[in-house]
Order: sequence, then structure tokens, then C-alpha cells
Amino acid sequence: MKKIVFLFGLIILTAAVSAQDKYFTKAGKIHFDATTSSSPENVDGVNKSSICVMDTKTGNIQFSVLMKGFEFERALMQEHFNENYVESNKFPKTEFKGMITNNASVNYTKDGVYPVKVKGKLTMHGETKDIEADGKLTVKGGKISANADFPVTLADFKVTIPQLVADKVAKMAKITVDCVLEPLK
Amino acid sequence: MNIIIRNAVVLILVLTGTAAKAQEDLLNLVDKGDSKPKKEYVKYAFKSTRVINAHSMEFLSPGTMDFRILHRFGPTNQGYKNFFGFDQASMRMGFDFGLARNLMIGVGRSTYKKEVDAFFKYAPLMQSTGTGSFPFTVAIVGGITMNTMPWADTSIHNYFTTRLAYYYQVILGRKFTEGFSLQLSPTMVHNNFVPLSSQPNDIFALGVGGRLKLTKRMAITWDYSHLFNGIEKDVNFDPLSLGIDIETGGHVFQLHFSNSTGMNERAFITETTGRWDKVEVRFGFNLSRVFQLKKSGHK
Repeated sequence: MKKIVFLFGLIILTAAVSAQDKYFTKAGKIHFDATTSSSPENVDGVNKSSICVMDTKTGNIQFSVLMKGFEFERALMQEHFNENYVESNKFPKTEFKGMITNNASVNYTKDGVYPVKVKGKLTMHGETKDIEADGKLTVKGGKISANADFPVTLADFKVTIPQLVADKVAKMAKITVDCVLEPLK
Repeated sequence: MNIIIRNAVVLILVLTGTAAKAQEDLLNLVDKGDSKPKKEYVKYAFKSTRVINAHSMEFLSPGTMDFRILHRFGPTNQGYKNFFGFDQASMRMGFDFGLARNLMIGVGRSTYKKEVDAFFKYAPLMQSTGTGSFPFTVAIVGGITMNTMPWADTSIHNYFTTRLAYYYQVILGRKFTEGFSLQLSPTMVHNNFVPLSSQPNDIFALGVGGRLKLTKRMAITWDYSHLFNGIEKDVNFDPLSLGIDIETGGHVFQLHFSNSTGMNERAFITETTGRWDKVEVRFGFNLSRVFQLKKSGHK
């Protein structure tokens, strides 16, 4: 009996011990741009309340973005984004779950800029696809800035662009990530 | 044997414990704090701020202007000699402005009776979800119309106020599902002037409007008003419009058939003379183009 209690304690301990390795933000910036070169107006939006959590020990990094949180310059564009393209009532969240593949090369205890490669699964509009991106981590004063940009092919996520607006809305969106992570306590 | 099994179970427990940790959902560590969902207003119950003729529960976004061009053609039952009504057209041009999430104003002018009209629409309560949610939208509309035709009889003293009419409306609407919205709108129209003393100045009506989405960019709409007291019983009928909303990039086209010609509340509620059972129905369209006047700075 004693042994079981001890082992249960061990299980709980192994789960809890790595807490200080985790960093997070609830105010991450994610910007997307799907403007074609021929478009008279910018087709872009920004979400300033994205959630990002990373585990420096394992290199796991995850994002959660509420689609309704994207802000646009034009209200109509925001309406079309939510209603016609990403269907944010049906698919409220976009999530990314991945890994920093070269996590070992980042020294989280030393200030500096570290190039990283991130690989993982992006779930958007009900579709999950593998995504790879190059980015950089900036460690400074106990905080980690995560920056990356990568293209997303909208058709991969079953987001269709009607022929009528094909000259304005690109088939490929450029996603820019800009998050400042703080230690998770 | 027993000890071996017990130890094996314990070992499995330890292993699964650490394995679960390796793929753990990091997001749960942060997300769990927000157990109470934030209050969120339900938007886009209708594609436009009008169902067809009647005001809808939908508002313009603040800082936008909606330029509306409305056309009503002649009765379709006139056949080929009037090209099913297309030879005649009546129109209204309007400018609506979104001032706040729940406040908009607008002006317009119709060729029918050369009427100028203006209105405001304000929602003290809006349908929302999350903490402190409310199940439906309550909006009030107040409007004024002015007939600018030359005086019919110049031999008498004509008062300016006889040109005016007012309307007051309450809209109770709910977006039931992504594709289905329904609203009721009790309305009172007050005419300052009616031709005969036997006719009522105040007309009471109950509007029922709805939308059923077919695709992401297309919807069926309907808009009906029941008159409790018409100006003249055998002349004025309940307006009924059936339509289809088509949304292209920047425009909303509302194509419809209706027995009314008028395009403001006074005209279509109190002066609809067509009858559906006699196919005195007109084709018409509303064209709505929304412009962003004030950019919401997001950078």
C-alpha cells in the first residue's frame, strides 16, 4: 500500500516538476495578409489576443486563435471573413500544435537571438494540415519573443475564394506571428 | 505472482503518467482560467439592414455608410406590352450611416410621391451569447416622411405639416440558427393628413420578416405586414414581399417580388394597393453598397 502511495506521488511529481520551463502569452499578435498584387485594397487582419504556450524543455509550442478576434480596417471585410470565408461560428478556433525541431540549439538561459524551425499541425476551418515554418526566438530578460512568418494555402483548409473576388483575395495568405512570452507560473 | 501483477500495474501507471505529459495540451494550462465565456453580440442575422422593405434587426457597423438604390418595376400582370412591368420604374435612393454598434440613421428620397424620408434605429438590447446574454434584439425605429409634390389644390390654404407623416416601430428579432432569423415588428404610421375625414390617421400593423440562408452568400427572405386598420378597406392590402439576397464582394442584391410600390414605411405599409391573388405583383431590387468612412485603425 505504502509503495502505491509513493508511486502515485511520483507520478504527480513528474507531471508538476517542469512548470517553470513553460512560457505563455494571451496577447500574441497574429497577422494575416491575403492581398493580391492587383487588389486596390489591403485584404488583411490582425488578432491581438492569440494564446501561445511553449515548453522550453520539450520544444513543444502551441497556439490558439479565436477567429472572431481578427480585426480589419473595413467592417465589411471583417463580416465577410467571419461569415463567408472562415465561418467563425462553426469553427471558432484555429489551433497549432507543434515542436521546435532544433530546440536543443536554443539556450533559454542566455539572452540572444536563436533561429528555429517549427513543425506541427495547424487546424483551421475544420481541416488539419502539416505546417513548417522558420522563425526566431529572442530571449531577453526572462522573456521570449517568438517571431515567424509562413504561407498558408487557403484551399488546403477548404476556404474557397469566389471567382468574383479572385483579383483581390489571394489564394495564399501570409501569416505573421509576433508573440512575447512570459514565464508560466 | 500477485506482487508481479501489482508492480506491473504500478509501472504502467507511471509510464502512462509520463507519456501523457509528453503530449500534454499546453493550451489547457492557460485556457482553463476563462471558464466564463465573454459576452458576445450575435451579428449578421440579416445580410442587410432591411429585410426587403422593412427595417431588419441588423445594424450597420460604426463608421460605415450604406448607399442604397431601390427599384420597383410595374405590375408583372401587364404582360408583354409593358414588358411585364419593366417599362415602369419607381426608385428610392438612400444613404444610411452606422453611428454605433446599436445606432444608425438614414435619409432617402423616393420618386413615388416625391417623398423624402429620414429615420433612426436604435437597439437598447441586442441578442448576445456568453455571460449576461440576451436572447433577442429589441430595436426601435422612428421615422418621418415628407411629400414634396406640388399642392393638389392651390385654391385653399395648404399647411406644410400636411406633407408629413411619422412612423414608429419596435423590432423584436432573433437569429435562431446560423441560417434562420425571424423578427416581429409592431408598427404605427401616423399620417398628418388623410384625404377623407372617415379615414384613420393612425395605421397599426404587425410586420413579420425572416431570412433563410441557402448558401454562404445567398438567402431567401420574406417580409409581410398585417394591417389592423387600413386607410381604405378595399383599396389597401397587406404588403408581402418575397425575395432572395445575393451577396457579391462588396454589394448585396436583394431581388424580390412584392405587391407594394412604396419604399418607405409610410408608403409600403399604408399605400399598398396590389393584390397577390390577382398577380398585381412587381419585381424589384435593392442594391446595397457599404462604404467604410472611418477606418478602424488596427495596426
